[in-house]
Amino acid sequence: MTVKELKTEEFMVNMGPQHPSTHGVCKLVIKMDGEEIKEITPHVGFLHRSIEKIGENRTYAQFVPYTDRIDYVASMNANHAYVIAAEKLGGVEVPERAEYLRVIMAELNRIASHLVWLATFAIDLGAVTPFLYAFREREMILDLFEMTCGQRLTYNYMCIGGVNWDIPKEFEPKLREFLKIFPSRVDDYEDLLTNNPIFLYRTKNIGILSKETAFEYSVSGPSLRGSGVKWDIRKAESYSIYDRFDFDIPVGYNGDAWDRYRVRMREMRESAKIVQQAIDGLPGGDIQTKVPRTWKPPEGEVFTRIEAPRGEMAYHIVSDGSTKPYRMKIRTASFCNLQVLPIIGINHLIADLVAIFGSLDIILPEVDR
Amino acid sequence: MFELGGIFEAIGKWLNGFLPPVWVTIISAVITGLAVLGFLSLLALFLVWWERKISAHMQQRYGPMRTGWHGVLQTIADGVKLLQKEDLMPKDADRIVYFWAPIICFGAAFMAYLVVPFGKGIIVQDLNIGILYIIAITTFTVVSLLMAGWASNNKWALLGGMRSAAQIISYEVPLSLAIVGAVMLAQTLSMNGIVSAQAGGFWHWYVFREPLGFLVYYIAATAEANRTPFDIPEAEQELVAGFNIEYSGMKFAMFFLAEFVNMFTVSAIAVTLFFGGWQPLFSFLGFIPSWVWFMGKSLVSVFVLMWFRWTYPRIRVDQLMNFAWKFLLPLAFLNIILVGFGIVVFK
Repeated sequence: MTVKELKTEEFMVNMGPQHPSTHGVCKLVIKMDGEEIKEITPHVGFLHRSIEKIGENRTYAQFVPYTDRIDYVASMNANHAYVIAAEKLGGVEVPERAEYLRVIMAELNRIASHLVWLATFAIDLGAVTPFLYAFREREMILDLFEMTCGQRLTYNYMCIGGVNWDIPKEFEPKLREFLKIFPSRVDDYEDLLTNNPIFLYRTKNIGILSKETAFEYSVSGPSLRGSGVKWDIRKAESYSIYDRFDFDIPVGYNGDAWDRYRVRMREMRESAKIVQQAIDGLPGGDIQTKVPRTWKPPEGEVFTRIEAPRGEMAYHIVSDGSTKPYRMKIRTASFCNLQVLPIIGINHLIADLVAIFGSLDIILPEVDR
Repeated sequence: MFELGGIFEAIGKWLNGFLPPVWVTIISAVITGLAVLGFLSLLALFLVWWERKISAHMQQRYGPMRTGWHGVLQTIADGVKLLQKEDLMPKDADRIVYFWAPIICFGAAFMAYLVVPFGKGIIVQDLNIGILYIIAITTFTVVSLLMAGWASNNKWALLGGMRSAAQIISYEVPLSLAIVGAVMLAQTLSMNGIVSAQAGGFWHWYVFREPLGFLVYYIAATAEANRTPFDIPEAEQELVAGFNIEYSGMKFAMFFLAEFVNMFTVSAIAVTLFFGGWQPLFSFLGFIPSWVWFMGKSLVSVFVLMWFRWTYPRIRVDQLMNFAWKFLLPLAFLNIILVGFGIVVFK
């Protein structure tokens, strides 16, 4: 019997929703030829909580805790995106100190979020040890958050008009200690992964996302910058007080998993730089502009976006002049970034799919909202 | 003193005094069989605990702490738990194959110890084709993994089974060729013969005669034992658990223990072939019992394998094949050629 006479057939497998490498409840229906992937269909919606609709039934201030749940790995950034939109809608001025605190918290949360990504990405590739190293540093950040707002995951820290709590006395020394050791810890991770030939084999030229595809599917965040596009809302449309800080936007070249990895690793260092500058320049004063309990922003609509750890997070709020938004639309990065998976994952092996999925840094509550 | 080999001989002599030879053979076979089985089961329990502790300390954790002193009884607790678990079988599984796969895996892992010299005179049977026997018997593992993957009637399990077949078959080749070097040097296939050929201090060990052979053997053995970075058959993050995805209870425990026994097997062979087996480091250290030397060296090797696992990411299946055929295999041939030249030149 010759090889041609042997009949082979493609088969379908369900990867998820309980698969360990789908980072939550994403279900990928994969058509495979042996180990090679021929077609991927992501099924989302397992975590849908209709947060946008909830937003239309809560007052502006009441909605802030819900934003935590949109991206619970980076709640500070999710808070930030919403309060900026609401403040722009109502023309609320934010005190200087509050802006600085927001930037510190948002950037710390960006580091924490990237650490979670690094941990899970390393595990996806089979390296278990970096997971616990990354979580060790994340723990320090969570301690900082806990002493400020009492929460470790969903902070509800920012409010319309400022922030809810001022930092306690012990916050600053702890933060400086963290900033001092953090760069060397990033070096540790790089020792474990960056120069590891197996890691290079697993990520180089895997899941190449071209600039064109990235634009077509509106990919944003580190995944976009990995493809060599220097686009970061913090610089491009500077919001809050990001224009006062000196930081670089790391970009990649090929758009493969390796580049996305490098971009995030360098972003952690840049974020630490921003936090350092912010804590050095932290002014005194109020942390909140008093906003009345029944706050009614004027009629109109507003669109703002920020750079969340996973990409652009945008709010489109339409106000009819009442205490509740008339319509709220939330744009989250993971949803758009997930769309390129069926394109860049094709013709790779199943092991690569796990690496690509990990390198895109998708978080499911953000996909489903 | 403290040499266990003498004890076995003494028991044999004592039995011979009042029993017919047939009975002595049967009794000694049963005793040695049980001794090996008991020893390896204990060893596997220890290795599971040890790996958990090593991984924990590498990751700045404590690992098991509650069951016994530093959690030494943890594996026993896990074993008891697994015994109590319901033994599930998928509805569409191939019942016979599904049942036998873990038993073959377990059996093959243990049968290799027939010819492993644990110390001076502590060997179940010194076959004159000892090392060949080991290569043959350890290959049974792949049959069992393939059986498990096929019989589970699960696509992930099948992928795992296929991967393991492809992996082990390709790594058998450089593994066997790496062993050839040691056999050429010792001029024998008997395990005891290979050990005694390396007598007289550590500079006689074959790792210094053919370091290339050791390198090829050790890499291939890591793959053979399904350890990271070559643990693709079970690849937790890709195939969830690969071939053993559907197994539960004691059947799963058998696969699990077999993995640890296999890890010790490849370490024991590495020690025997390249590190002088139970021979002491220097001959004046000969007062330390030979089995202590053997266990010590083997456990160091096991530690290195564990170290690999908790440091490296996992390699991809096609890269693994490339590595075996394009890199390890030529290296193994080169080793044979070098050893051949060495024998001709230095003899």
